[in-house]
Amino acid sequence: MSQETVDSVADYIHPEATDFFHKYVWSYDHKIIAKQYMWTSFLFLILGGTLAMLLRWQIAYPNQPVPVIGGLLKSAFFFDANGAISPDGYLQLGTMHGLVMVFFVIIPLIVGAFGNYLIPLHIGARDVAFPVLNALSYWLYLPAGVLMFTSFFVDKGAAAAGWTAYPPLSDAAGASTPVWGMNLVLMAVFLAGFSSILGGINFLVTIVKLRAPGMTWSRLPLVTWAQFITAVFQVLATPMLAAAGAMLLFDRLAGSSFFLPRGLVVGQNAIANTGGGYPLLWQHIFWFYAHPAVYILILPSMGFASDILAAFSRKPVFGYRAMIISMASIMGLGFIVWGHHMFVSGLNPVMGMAFMVSTVFIALPSGVKVFNWLGTLWGGSIRLQPPMLYAISFVSMFIVGGLSGIFMAASPVDIYIHDTYYIIAHFHYVVFGATLFSVFAATTYWFPKMFGRMMNARLSYLHWALTFLFFNLAFFPMHFLGEAGHMRRLMTSTGYEFLNPLAPWNEFITLAAFALGASQLLFMFNFIHSVFFGAPAPDNPWEASTLEWTIPNPVPHYNFKHLPTVYRGPHEYSSPEAEPADWLPQNAPPGHGGAGH
Amino acid sequence: MSDESQHHAILSPAFHADRRNLRAMGMWLFLGSEIMFFTAFFGAYIVVRSAAVGSVAMPLDKVLGALNTVVLITSSLTMALGVMHSKRGERKETGRYLAATFLLACVFLVVKAVEYTHHFEDGVFPSHDVFHGFYFLLTGFHGVHVIGGMIALGILWNRNRRGDFDEHYNDPIEMTGLYWHFVDLVWIFLFPALYLL
Repeated sequence: MSQETVDSVADYIHPEATDFFHKYVWSYDHKIIAKQYMWTSFLFLILGGTLAMLLRWQIAYPNQPVPVIGGLLKSAFFFDANGAISPDGYLQLGTMHGLVMVFFVIIPLIVGAFGNYLIPLHIGARDVAFPVLNALSYWLYLPAGVLMFTSFFVDKGAAAAGWTAYPPLSDAAGASTPVWGMNLVLMAVFLAGFSSILGGINFLVTIVKLRAPGMTWSRLPLVTWAQFITAVFQVLATPMLAAAGAMLLFDRLAGSSFFLPRGLVVGQNAIANTGGGYPLLWQHIFWFYAHPAVYILILPSMGFASDILAAFSRKPVFGYRAMIISMASIMGLGFIVWGHHMFVSGLNPVMGMAFMVSTVFIALPSGVKVFNWLGTLWGGSIRLQPPMLYAISFVSMFIVGGLSGIFMAASPVDIYIHDTYYIIAHFHYVVFGATLFSVFAATTYWFPKMFGRMMNARLSYLHWALTFLFFNLAFFPMHFLGEAGHMRRLMTSTGYEFLNPLAPWNEFITLAAFALGASQLLFMFNFIHSVFFGAPAPDNPWEASTLEWTIPNPVPHYNFKHLPTVYRGPHEYSSPEAEPADWLPQNAPPGHGGAGH
Repeated sequence: MSDESQHHAILSPAFHADRRNLRAMGMWLFLGSEIMFFTAFFGAYIVVRSAAVGSVAMPLDKVLGALNTVVLITSSLTMALGVMHSKRGERKETGRYLAATFLLACVFLVVKAVEYTHHFEDGVFPSHDVFHGFYFLLTGFHGVHVIGGMIALGILWNRNRRGDFDEHYNDPIEMTGLYWHFVDLVWIFLFPALYLL
């Protein structure tokens, strides 16, 4: 580049990194940072999944030594002297599985990886608004994740108070919770939250300020709209979690008692803290963050599904504006429903009523979205390629998880099913069934752009079929367990007369879960193999109309040689204007005709 | 900036103005998230404090608290003057006001340290009662924000001395100014909530 004058941030191209360190480690390129997030969170996904497998082993085969691993790690970590899961270990596994999956897998994957990769490409920008901050976000997230797993190695192991960390169990130091495990986990979540806030700020500024000429708000792909709304959540809700965690740490390290009442006795021991605080206070602050966080886990997935369904139905998405309004209403309502997690916590029933009503209202925008997805499919020229299958599975699993959510939201019903396997079934249908299926959809869909190669379609079909089958076999029966009264954090269901008949179900679920876990090896193999040996991908393998497909493979570090001008919406499929092709790129000038040129 | 020194393109005044807008939006969003962070503390404090109506919360030294309020408000003034001079490209005055802000922050921390020492000598720690827990939590996190601002001020003072800023490019000073006023504002809420109620 010679001496040219740069007049705006959008025109600015940061210099291409030449050495390994600046290219792959401390990189400012949003595409590299996205891949860093992707590899790291996939690694944590494997670890977090393994924790779940161990949990399932214990619940199906109570107190029997875990094959292979248990023999190797007797008395270490969460194993007892026989190589079976110890009671403390079981609680650690459950706690860490939840925390790892929420904060270190799903959010970094759908926001950190896909948000980072797609936002600048979708809006026609050369990078995010603050590339250095972007690198910093990743380099806060990675140490946080390492800190998280380090907590398994300290005395008495990792946090064991459940992922919600309710006091007094999580709070009263020396009562029953391992001391440093909980502290490290709180610090890790604090760091990850900070990383998430910085990421959210970056995305908001990027989307508001760096859209290419002609890229109006009503021409943004729905992926980017979803990321925008998610980023608002991240910036405004995550600080609440940081504050709650800071107060809990203050209780544990400085001896204050924000969440501890007076005269607390745990086991036989009176707790030394002076008291005066409220355990319910934690639940309010925690859920004020954690309920919006539930939408951070699903909104970006809704974005992926919307754009992918449109591309593979060869139709514009049905109700583009309704999609955006419904996502925004989910966000608005998401901030005023946190009390529905506390129906049995001693919340005033009048408050419970208000929270129930606001929660049930969320069914409206969610229903609008589901009908719009179905409307998108209706009458389309459907191409059942792997991303489409995954995206359709997203919709169907979201319907199941959404419907069971209505039961949880109704406080009279919730009092009965609260903290049973019913809630486990519900949120796994949403977070695994819906979100992870959308991650598979997004991975197979954008893989050709990210890595310049195609994923193997046959393996993807097989992986889709097995995952869909075993996912439902593993999680659907949990509804029955919940209705039968099986509590969610029980380490063993033997020894309770009313749970004894459920033992065969537990074994069945565990076998299905193992098969589900094993099916993921297919995806892993397909992913890694295709990164290195996949067939070279054409620039626009899906004949899609959004801007990222107008860029040649491999994507140059400046993304767009000349900033594109946008003339139309994101889903220009089957438009008569496009004849003889059936799609028009967003940057094709009017009257241009034929995208297949 | 290091990334610009590697770069051959000329960054025009229009570029700096554009980037200033981006940074200002980013900073305001960051301050928004900071407000949510302190809101959680204040909200929790209100809940606990209002459940104990009639009891005196804490015997804190109102004079020292008021003194610190004056010190911080004055530092906001010097910060604002620093930003003004940096926008005019007056390097010497900018440096003076940045240094003055830094020194006032030092005074604030010294007064705070005196207060903390009194508490510790009296055997009052966060474990004393739940109100003192909030006192140490809120003033502690506010203090950390003050120290963060002082680090930024130190770096800015040095960069200003080196001649990094001119009338087109001064947004690090302006952004730090926004942040500094926020830290001041938190104290304006802290002082009555903790010392006077």
